[in-house]
Amino acid sequence: MAEQVFYEDIEAGSEIPALVKYPTTMQLVKYAGASGDFYQIHYDKDFALANGLPGVIVHGWLALSFLGQMLTDWLGEGGTLVKLNGSYRGINLVHEDIICNGKVTRKYVEDGKNCARVGIWVENPQGEKTVTGSALVTLPSRG
Amino acid sequence: MSDESVISEELESLLNVEFGPEVYEIERGMLKKFAEAIDDPNPAWQRVAPPTFPAALVPTGLLHGLFNARTPLTRLLNGASELEYFHPIKVGDVISVTAKLTRLRQMEGKEGTTLFMFTEVTYTNQRGEVVVRGKNTYIKY
Repeated sequence: MAEQVFYEDIEAGSEIPALVKYPTTMQLVKYAGASGDFYQIHYDKDFALANGLPGVIVHGWLALSFLGQMLTDWLGEGGTLVKLNGSYRGINLVHEDIICNGKVTRKYVEDGKNCARVGIWVENPQGEKTVTGSALVTLPSRG
Repeated sequence: MSDESVISEELESLLNVEFGPEVYEIERGMLKKFAEAIDDPNPAWQRVAPPTFPAALVPTGLLHGLFNARTPLTRLLNGASELEYFHPIKVGDVISVTAKLTRLRQMEGKEGTTLFMFTEVTYTNQRGEVVVRGKNTYIKY
């Protein structure tokens, strides 16, 4: 694990360490089982093609889970995730890199809490932003 | 087609109806299975739920209603998800899930007629504390 990040360490524009994932069909089957989302576009290629998709696609929630991991890895034990959202704008296919990114957009103190807004997004190997969203987090202070 | 509503009476009748509660006991194995499925090795997930775990606490009643309602649109995608966290979900918690359809919106998109279905889900623990509030948008096209 990386060292704890503190409120004083960040500013608007600070980048969050990127996270790259490479989901396989097996992982999607595991995710289907763990989440109860058995929609066939996520593991049955014939079904996905018949639905006009280019192949088996990654669950939006799984891509958002990768963004969640990026954030909680960064926050460490001292930070807290308060809000998380993502819009699924494009397609992530299995057996392709899912590149998770984040950038602090604003930091402020509210009710004595050290808050930060973070813009988050997923890119596919073609550089298309397939998930865009934001997070609200609180960070510990060095003070 | 563009003038015709794909919002059937059946779908409309689901608006603002509260479904649930559906009750989930949070077992260590559930969290382990979920953390493995999302490939997140953080040891914290042995005790508390990772951020997207509420996705596994499915409001099945509402979703069956939404996904099985008759409409000319046959294809389905997840459009957006939003979660707000108030308390952690921990091993041993008993989480009650209630859900409702809050809005239906029909649009003409590049794939033709598209229907957005907006839902809200509330996750409450055994002490009556709201632990998470979620919103999810489903797309039929």
